[in-house]
Amino acid sequence: MSANAQTEVIKDLSMLKQKEMIARNYDAITSAPETGQKVASTFVPGNLNELINSFGMLNNLPEINAINNGMRKQSGAMIMDAERSGHSEDVCTYVKADIGMMSKGNIAPNGKPMPAPDLLLLSYTGCFTFMKWFELLRKEYNCETVMLQVPYTGDGVVTDNMRDFVVKQLKEEVIPTLERVSGNKFDIDRLRENLARSAKAEDDLVWVLDSAKKVRSPIDAYFGGVYYIGPIFTAFRGTQDAIEYYQLLRAEIEKRMEAGLGPITPEGDMGEEKYRLVVEGPPNWTSFREFWKMFYDEGAVVVSSTYTKVGGVYDQGFRHDPENPLESLADYCLGCYTNRNMPSRVDMIENYMNDFQADGLLINSIKSCNSFSAGQLMMMNEIEKRTGKPGAFIETDLVDPRYFSAANVKNRLESYFQMVDQKRQSSRQF
Amino acid sequence: MSTAEIIARCEELYEDTTFAASRAWKEAEPGRKVIGFMPVYIPEEIIHAAGMLPLGILGGGDELEVIHGDAFYQSYICRIPRSTIELGLTGRLDFVDGMLFPSICDVIRNLSGMWKLMKPGIYAKYFDVPQNYRDDIGGKYYQQEMQELRHDMEKISGRKITDEAISNSIKIYNEHRQLVRDVYALRSAEPWKVPSSEVYLLMRAGMVLPVEEHIPMMQAYIAAAQEEDRPMRDNCRVITTGAFCEQPPLNLIKSIEMSGCYVVDDDYMMVNRWLMEEVPTEGDPIKNLADAFLHHSADSSAKYSDTQEKVGQYLYDSVQKNKAEGVIFAAPSFCDPALLERPLLAAKMAENKVPHISFKYAENSGQMQPIREQTGTFADSIKLWGKEI
Repeated sequence: MSANAQTEVIKDLSMLKQKEMIARNYDAITSAPETGQKVASTFVPGNLNELINSFGMLNNLPEINAINNGMRKQSGAMIMDAERSGHSEDVCTYVKADIGMMSKGNIAPNGKPMPAPDLLLLSYTGCFTFMKWFELLRKEYNCETVMLQVPYTGDGVVTDNMRDFVVKQLKEEVIPTLERVSGNKFDIDRLRENLARSAKAEDDLVWVLDSAKKVRSPIDAYFGGVYYIGPIFTAFRGTQDAIEYYQLLRAEIEKRMEAGLGPITPEGDMGEEKYRLVVEGPPNWTSFREFWKMFYDEGAVVVSSTYTKVGGVYDQGFRHDPENPLESLADYCLGCYTNRNMPSRVDMIENYMNDFQADGLLINSIKSCNSFSAGQLMMMNEIEKRTGKPGAFIETDLVDPRYFSAANVKNRLESYFQMVDQKRQSSRQF
Repeated sequence: MSTAEIIARCEELYEDTTFAASRAWKEAEPGRKVIGFMPVYIPEEIIHAAGMLPLGILGGGDELEVIHGDAFYQSYICRIPRSTIELGLTGRLDFVDGMLFPSICDVIRNLSGMWKLMKPGIYAKYFDVPQNYRDDIGGKYYQQEMQELRHDMEKISGRKITDEAISNSIKIYNEHRQLVRDVYALRSAEPWKVPSSEVYLLMRAGMVLPVEEHIPMMQAYIAAAQEEDRPMRDNCRVITTGAFCEQPPLNLIKSIEMSGCYVVDDDYMMVNRWLMEEVPTEGDPIKNLADAFLHHSADSSAKYSDTQEKVGQYLYDSVQKNKAEGVIFAAPSFCDPALLERPLLAAKMAENKVPHISFKYAENSGQMQPIREQTGTFADSIKLWGKEI
C-alpha cells in the first residue's frame, strides 16, 4: 500500500450511504425540539426500533453515542468527569461516557446539542448494567421511563413463560407509554410493515455475514462487521433505508467475491489472507483503526464474530415476523447474543469455528462488560478442547483509552499468529 | 448457653469451607439432598418443602486459597465467582445435588452457565425474578418460574411437593424471618449488647444449618444477649450497605466496630430478611410467595426502582428507623450492582444530610488498618460535627 493510501480512507458506496443515514438521523434528533418529533432513548440489544418508529418517534442509543465519542477520542475526558463526580472506576465506561457527555452539553456528532429524551425505554436485555444506567439517566432527565424486562435464557431455551411475559409487558406497559408520550395511537399495521422491512434487510445482512465462509473471505466480520451491523442494530431496522443499504452492501460483496478480492480496509483492499479468526467480545473503540490495522497488516481476517450478534442473532434463522408482531419482537429480544447462556454461546462459537474454517479463536475481553467477559477464559478453553484450534486472549476496554495498550495488544497478537503457524505446521507433520 | 458458646459454634461453621455440618445433615438419613444457592434471594421454602436443605454459598472467604478459580477470571472481575469455582473444583461442594444462581448481576448469571459446563451431571439453574412489580405481569411470570423450580425440586428430591408442604415451610420460614428481625431490632436498640460480628456469624450459621436448627440457635442467642453485661461505648450509629453478595472478611466487620461505630443495620445475607412481612399460610402458597416478593420484599441494588422517588428510599428509611448517624458504603471491588447504584444512594443521603463514606473490599482483603482509620475518622467527625459534615 502506498504512503498516500494510508492517510486516505477508502469508502464504498454502502459506507457513504450509511454515513448519510446516520447524519440524517442525528439531524432529526437534534432538531426534534423544532419539529416536535418525540425521542426515545433505548439500548441496542433488544431495541424495539420497529415499534418506536411505528409511533413516529426517533430512537437515540446511549451506547452508540459513547462509541461515537470513543472513536472521536472524546470519551476519555468524559469518563474522568464522571469518575470525579462519584462514579466508580470499576463500572462500565459506556455509562460513564454517557454521564460525562451530559456534563459537556450532550453534543451530537453534528455539533448540535441533543435534546433531553421524552422517554427512557429500558430494554433490559442481556446486561444488568442497563438497569442501573437508566436509573442514573432518569435522575438526570427526570422524564417518563418504561422498562421491558427480557428474561435471561439460563437453560438455553426460550420458554412460553418468558415469551408471554415480554409480550404482556409490550401490550400493557410499553405500548400504552409510547401512545401517551407520542400522542399517537398504536397502529399494528404500521408495525407489521416495519417488521416486514426488517426481515428483508435481515436476509441480506445474513447473506453478507455468511459470505465469509468462502476461503479468501470478501469481508472482515468484526472490524468491517461493525459497519455492516450498524443500520440493523441502531435506528434503521424496519426502514426502507436499511433495505437499500443492505442491497447495496450485498451487491458490493458479490462483486468482491467475483473478483476474488478480500475485505476492504481503511487502507484499501486487504492483501493475502493468512489467518482466519473468530472473535468473541466487542472491539475497542478508542483505537479502533489502530487495532484493526494490527490484524490486516498481518493478513488476519475475522471471518465471524459474536459482537455482530449482540443486537440480534439472525444467522440462525430468526427473522422479524409481521404475522406475529409482538411475539416476534419478544423472540428477537430473548435471542440476543448476551441474553444466551454460556453453553449456548460456546456452541455458537464452535459452529462458527467449523462453518467458517477458522484457524483460531481470539477473545477481546472488555473490562467494562461483565455480561460478555465473565466466563470468557472458560469459553476459550472449551473451544480449544472441542476444535483443537488455538485460542488467544487480549484485554482492552470499550471507550476508556486508559485500557488500550497498543504495544501489549500487538505483542500478544504477533505471538498468537506465530502460534497458529506452529499449529498448522505440526498438524501437517502428523 | 452463653453468647460466647453460641458464637463459637457459629464461628466454627463459618470457618469450615468443607461444609461439614451440611454434609452431616445429608448423611444422617438416606435420600437426603442439598441444594446450594448464591446471593441474593431464592424462595428457600420450595426446597425445604421437598425435604431438602437449602445451602447458602457465599464464596470462600479469606481462608480459602484460590488457585484454580483465578484461572477462570480476568483481574477486573470480583472474587466471589473465583472462590465459588474453587469450592466446586476442589470437591468441597461434591455433596451438593443442585445449584441455584439467582438474578443479581451478570457475573453470577454467567456463572450459572459455567457451572453447567463444569459439572454437566449436576443440576444448575439461573433463577430469575421479576423486575416488574405488577401482579398480573411480573407476578404471573414469577409464579410460573417458581412452579418450574418446584417441578425441578420434585425431580431431584423424588418427592411430590404439595401446596400444603410449601405452606408448612412458609410457616417455619416466617418464624425464622421474625427471629432474624428480632435479632436486628435488638442490635439496633442495644448495639453494645449485640456486636455486629456476632450478628454476622449468627446469620452465617443459618446459611449452612437446617432452618429447624437455626431457629433455636437464634432464640438462645437473643435470650443470652439480653443477659449480657457489656459496656455501652460512645460509638456512633452507622449503617453499612453494599455487601449483599460477596461478603467482607470478618475482620473488616470487627474493624468497623473497633473504630468507634455501632452498626445498626446492614445488608449481609439478605435472603434471611428479603421477605419483610409474614407470608400468608392460607391459600395458594406460590401466589403468596410471589405477592410477598412483589410487595413486601427488601430493596437492594439488584432490584429495579420503578420510580425515581423509590431510589435509595429503603436506605433512608433504615437510617431513620435505626436512628443512624451515618452510612458506610462498603462494596466489593468490581461489584456492578452496588457500585453502579452508589452515586444514586450517595445523592439520596446527601439530599437528606446523612453523612457517608465509601470504600471497597474483597472477601480476602487482609489489610484492615486503612479501613479502620477511614471509619474511625468518619465516626470521630460525626461525633464532633454531627450533621454539619
